[in-house]
Amino acid sequence: MFLAFYLGRAIDLSIFFPGFLAMALFFTASSVGPLITPWEKQAGTYERLLSFPVTISTIIMGDMAAGAIFGLVISSVVLIAGIIFLELIISNLILLILAMFLGTLCFASFGVLLAAPSSRAPSNVMMLSSLIRFPLIFVSGIFIPLEKLQGAGRILSYISPLTYLVDLFHTALSGNSIMHVSLNCLVLIAFTAFFLFLAGLFHKRNIAKGM
Amino acid sequence: MLPNNGPVIQASNLTKYYGKILAVDHMDFAVKKAEVFGFLGPNGAGKTTTIRMLTGILKPDHGSVTIAGIDFARKQLRAKMLMGVIPETGNVYADLTAEQNLHLAGKYYGLPKNDLVIRSNEILSQFGIEDRADHLVRTFSKGLKQRINIGCAIIHDPSILFLDEPTEGLDVLSRRLIIETIHRMNENGTTVFLTTHNIEEANRLCQRIAIINKGKIVAIDRPEVLRSTFDKTRSIEVAFDRRTDKELLYCDSILKIDLHGDKWRLYTNDPDTTVKHVAALAEKHDLKIIALTICGPSLEDAFIRLTGGK
Ligand SMILES: Nc1ncnc2c1ncn2[C@@H]1O[C@H](COP(=O)(O)OP(=O)(O)OP(=O)(O)O)[C@@H](O)[C@H]1O
Ligand SMILES: [Mg+2]
Repeated sequence: MFLAFYLGRAIDLSIFFPGFLAMALFFTASSVGPLITPWEKQAGTYERLLSFPVTISTIIMGDMAAGAIFGLVISSVVLIAGIIFLELIISNLILLILAMFLGTLCFASFGVLLAAPSSRAPSNVMMLSSLIRFPLIFVSGIFIPLEKLQGAGRILSYISPLTYLVDLFHTALSGNSIMHVSLNCLVLIAFTAFFLFLAGLFHKRNIAKGM
Repeated sequence: MLPNNGPVIQASNLTKYYGKILAVDHMDFAVKKAEVFGFLGPNGAGKTTTIRMLTGILKPDHGSVTIAGIDFARKQLRAKMLMGVIPETGNVYADLTAEQNLHLAGKYYGLPKNDLVIRSNEILSQFGIEDRADHLVRTFSKGLKQRINIGCAIIHDPSILFLDEPTEGLDVLSRRLIIETIHRMNENGTTVFLTTHNIEEANRLCQRIAIINKGKIVAIDRPEVLRSTFDKTRSIEVAFDRRTDKELLYCDSILKIDLHGDKWRLYTNDPDTTVKHVAALAEKHDLKIIALTICGPSLEDAFIRLTGGK
């Protein structure tokens, strides 16, 4: 994908880099959550885990942490590669790091939520999560800049948390953004809380499924 | 650690639906301190569902669970600290070693590092797996896996032990090891709640048994009482050194005679008279008695009656 990206639009690669970085973060951070619960259910370790003195919330936090760390590590590698190969200039390092943290937490919690309807087959959950995750990248200002989105696309872009991270990365890397920095941050935090709340709800409801 | 008075496990009106299936149907029971209490029931009776509600893995739809006076719905973590759980389908992590699994479990129960090492070594040697402590559990046989599974549940020396069909599918050696562990812990004051569909095991292990069927408790008592509730008939098994005629054996106190392998089984309501009769008979006909056993009515009969097999 990176290569296709590279060949097709060699000229404005660094313009697309913020979107690309956000996408990498999105996919990696949200990829761990949907796997853990079905895996654990399949292996039979989930019931064992539940019998220990831990709450579902703790388990969800743990799953989220796993996704967040994975997302953070991979996107850092992408970022460093960008700095080396594209001679990227970072206009606001602190904001960039903050954005990466907020983004990875948000998408990791999204990943945990995706695992909620978990049967014991990881493949079912993977299918569902691809179905939901792929369309998101098209309405989040990665391939098509936000200004050019119209009508339904524009509306959809506002309900995609990815939009706000892309915008934050634009601010941090090139300095031009569409929305205010603090608005972006607040929306990401709100999404994280919302995802965690839903994840808690659904995980509790589906606890016996596939056990 | 546990209060001396009052039940250690108290379930009131415990109910669980899976969709429309009523798996556990308004159950009430109490388990006393230091008791070995068994749930005996056929497949699908609701044993696992009940134990899951008692151990906080599932939330009951109705009713409540109290563990050592702690309301489970409100202080679940505190109640969970007191117990060790061996789930029916629960597994330890296959990609960790035996020792790592034990340490992980100990950390969940908040054991300090020192105790953790001491306890896990104790368990490893108790279960005869010291030499495989650093092997991945993936490479273990079913029996060894179950030992680690139990090890993880008793690492913190729980006051209440829950076991869901602990010896299912294990060989004699593993089975005996597990039963010994249960006995030893019980002697030291641990309350044990176990489920099984193995009647023999329930009979041997439990001080009290609840026979359950279709989510309901149909009988609850000591094994000896349960087995004599439904049938007063006893049987006497006797083997002689050579073949005898069935007709020869009959006397007034014998209701029925069957041949089982090389043994005669004489059904009677009066074992005393019958045994004397058999002895006299042997004397008279110069038969040598090789074996003589008086059997009570079996728990199996009671079980089948209660769970609707007949
Ligand atoms: N996760 C589930 N989803 C739907 N129904 C279930 C689920 N688990 C159990 N049941 C149903 O609930 C009833 C009770 O099951 P449970 O597993 O408690 O029985 P059990 O006594 O443990 O049986 P076994 O001896 O086979 O282990 C059964 O009818 C079973 O089909
Ligand atoms: Mg069961």
